[in-house]
Amino acid sequence: MSEGHPTTSARSSPIGARVPMVDSVDKVTGAGKYADDLALPGMLVGKVLHSPHPHARIRSIDTSEAERLPGVHAVVTGRETPVKYGILPVGHDETIFAADKVRYIGDNVAGVAAESEAIADEALRLIQVDYEPLPAYFEVEASMQAEQNLIHDDKPHNIEKEYHHHFGDVEKGFAAADYIREDRFECAEVTHAALEPHSTLGRFEPDGALTVWSSTQVPYYLMKTLAATLEMPEERVRVVKPLVGGGFGGKSEVIPLELAAPVLARQARRPVKITYTREEVFYAHRGRPRQIVELKTGITRDGKLKAVEARIIQDGGAYCGYGVVTILYSGQLLNAMYDIPNVKFDGYRVLTNKPACGAMRGHGTVNTRFAFEQQLNRIAAVLGIDPVEIRRRNLLKPPCITPNNLRVLSYGYPECIEKVVEASGWKAKHGKLPFGKGIGMAGSHYVSGAANPIIRSTLPQSTVKLSIDRQGVVTILSGASEIGQGSDTVQVQIVAAELGVPVDLVKIVAADTARTPVDLGSYSSRVTFMAGNAALEAAREAKRQILSAAARKLGSPPESLVIGGSETSDPLSDAQVGLDFAEAVRLAMNGAETLTAIGTYTTPEEATGGKFKGAGVGPSPAYSYSAQVAEVTVDPETGQVTVDRIIAAHDCGKAINPMTVEGQVEGSVWMGLGQAVQEEMLWENGRLMNPGLLEYRTASTLESPPIEPILVESHDPEGPFGAKEAGEGSVAATIPAVAHAVYDAVGVWIDTLPITPEKILKALEAKRQSLGREL
Amino acid sequence: MNKERIALNINGRVHELEIEPNRLLLDVLRQDLGLTGSKRGCDDSSCGACTVLIDGSPQMSCLMLAVSYQDCEITTIEGVADGGALDPLQQGFTVEGGAQCGFCTPGMILTAKSLLARNPNPTEQEINDALSGNLCRCTGYTQILASVRKAIELLREQPEEVESR
Repeated sequence: MSEGHPTTSARSSPIGARVPMVDSVDKVTGAGKYADDLALPGMLVGKVLHSPHPHARIRSIDTSEAERLPGVHAVVTGRETPVKYGILPVGHDETIFAADKVRYIGDNVAGVAAESEAIADEALRLIQVDYEPLPAYFEVEASMQAEQNLIHDDKPHNIEKEYHHHFGDVEKGFAAADYIREDRFECAEVTHAALEPHSTLGRFEPDGALTVWSSTQVPYYLMKTLAATLEMPEERVRVVKPLVGGGFGGKSEVIPLELAAPVLARQARRPVKITYTREEVFYAHRGRPRQIVELKTGITRDGKLKAVEARIIQDGGAYCGYGVVTILYSGQLLNAMYDIPNVKFDGYRVLTNKPACGAMRGHGTVNTRFAFEQQLNRIAAVLGIDPVEIRRRNLLKPPCITPNNLRVLSYGYPECIEKVVEASGWKAKHGKLPFGKGIGMAGSHYVSGAANPIIRSTLPQSTVKLSIDRQGVVTILSGASEIGQGSDTVQVQIVAAELGVPVDLVKIVAADTARTPVDLGSYSSRVTFMAGNAALEAAREAKRQILSAAARKLGSPPESLVIGGSETSDPLSDAQVGLDFAEAVRLAMNGAETLTAIGTYTTPEEATGGKFKGAGVGPSPAYSYSAQVAEVTVDPETGQVTVDRIIAAHDCGKAINPMTVEGQVEGSVWMGLGQAVQEEMLWENGRLMNPGLLEYRTASTLESPPIEPILVESHDPEGPFGAKEAGEGSVAATIPAVAHAVYDAVGVWIDTLPITPEKILKALEAKRQSLGREL
Repeated sequence: MNKERIALNINGRVHELEIEPNRLLLDVLRQDLGLTGSKRGCDDSSCGACTVLIDGSPQMSCLMLAVSYQDCEITTIEGVADGGALDPLQQGFTVEGGAQCGFCTPGMILTAKSLLARNPNPTEQEINDALSGNLCRCTGYTQILASVRKAIELLREQPEEVESR
């Protein structure tokens, strides 16, 4: 059997079918359990004391009164939790509770476990902390000038990390260009705001082993971090992921409560659960940083890109988190979208006294993509080239390797462009709509899994085990984390398709570090590609065993057999020698009580990128592509933007489940819309001014326009059944498409996000002034 | 605080409880009765994940003192399926992808249920208006609207099924 071309079966394949999510009944009946729905006998309520200062040294902490309060079973401070951790090996700069100083309003100072929430709250009030406030840094520009009172002593000028990449020769490129454009873009900080607040329940067994149930996208990394920070052997730590109420990256690194609850449980000798309030979720954050992009592009008269130079500064907040990866993505993924021969990137991840930023849907790529696409549209307007045409002239020619060593095999971007152009009636509308109405377009892309794991290791990136019982029921054991995106369902469909059995014969047990094989987690949009490929390989191995056994029994060669219907049978003599699937499985067991098979996935060496510093971030076995057209109405009197419609074509390789892929595309576009026109974290001296869902302005049905997804299938040669990612690649294009439509509507470019009425009115006024007349 | 003895009629079953009068209905449902289908997604009644039906009308249980609802019929998501059979709305959310992470789903379904009970043939705008107090971060609402429309379709088909039996 050749890679990427599974054998067909007699049964109609579940690949490409709108299969309801396998956990959907639990979700619609309320029977499904999320972390905060869990309860254990004797369970205590855990609460965290947060810093009221953005930057302060802790002189002393007195917990004696809190400890004496009846009903309090544990009080823990930084004295008891000295081990540093962080999601990246290069960024171990956090402790469970602050050791010597606090670095943002909301930093974690102490934890309590008590018999009720009221007692826990009272205990927090009784903890006396003596702070020595320090000068704080809230803006990157000031923070980068700092000589003293550094946020972390080992980070001069409060720069977490800087990278300077140069591929090709931009000076030559600019020299060959007919038009060079420089713009400055600013993108506000946004956050995931998954509807489920973070929650963690920890329990120690009498023998000292730990079990943690947590709202996490990365159970395996959480297990490792728990073992490190609690100083326990990894085999004594079990992490179980219950249902997760949305992640979007906000649960893709270890969040302090996930360590605080078990630490409190250990001291209290009772199970402890901590569930954040919504305000705490906003301060836990790890969202998309505020980003400044200074972008310079050189292009020929006929619209051929010659060179791109980007200077990018990200306001990372007080800890590293995923920051080093975020800044690298923001530069590395300038590539792999268009043919750009010369690219230079200077990136700075800067520390400030605010909550740490991290990975958010479209990690690192979204703000840079906004800047690039907006500038490309501005260039097209100046040169008088249609924005669609300028993109057509700069397409990649895969298979290819970009100047920064990204390998691109499947590339559905051209088809995405043509599909949205056609569906939107672009030619009849662009530049032709009445004042106040506009249409815009842009593209974006994303990785189908990071080619290189966060912690370098020889371990496969995904391992899936199949166990088939005597009745022919197939159980998938997978470490992949379902967070609402449909990862369980996609694995079930892949296994059912390859084995040729109905999807309801396939069950899945997932994301339990003591019961399921290692999977690195749900981040970098990796599950369909990586866990999907591991599941496919496991199913192929199980099928090989079953068909061999059936062939021996039937006396026919295995190649002549197919699994289909509920039978394993020789298609030429179906009626005579039909063999029940379960019977074939029993034959294959050869006396054992289950038939097992294992599949793994590791990114091929040739897709893992270059050797330069920072080369590990950006490479992926495959990239998804998106092209989008937005239509808007802008009221020139109020500046109000109403997005009327978005058409989004997404190249997902192959839609294993078109319903869930469409759901991912629609959700991504919608999240991009939030960032485009209304979402923004508003800070004042390190305090968040809008830590609630309404104040943050997450859109309701009333602010949400129709989103029309179009699925493009480029059949990636290495994806399972040709599939690539679907959950993140569509976020970014929405923002520049809307900004472009605003320009088409009222003739002003808004280069700072979000595109608010105030900014539009100001730009319109400036334009009136410069023209000396009404628009 | 002194406790009060109360009785709550939830999903057609009467629960006798002894609770402090400041307890919120949402907390009593989740913590005392194990009815964890109603969710807490915010601190300030902005998300609607805790929505239950009080005498058929959708209300946020995070804003309600449990002691005040003793003479009402309370319906939570656990009371929506009729025996083992899913309600048309639950079927709609399953087959049209309306539940991604599922955290807003119970509130969405109960709000939609109340809408369809009052207005079995709502316009798109009426559905949007009715659901505007229930926030979702996953779907962009497109598949939620499709799920509600599917339920309307299933509800229309139901009487015919009964006749044909």
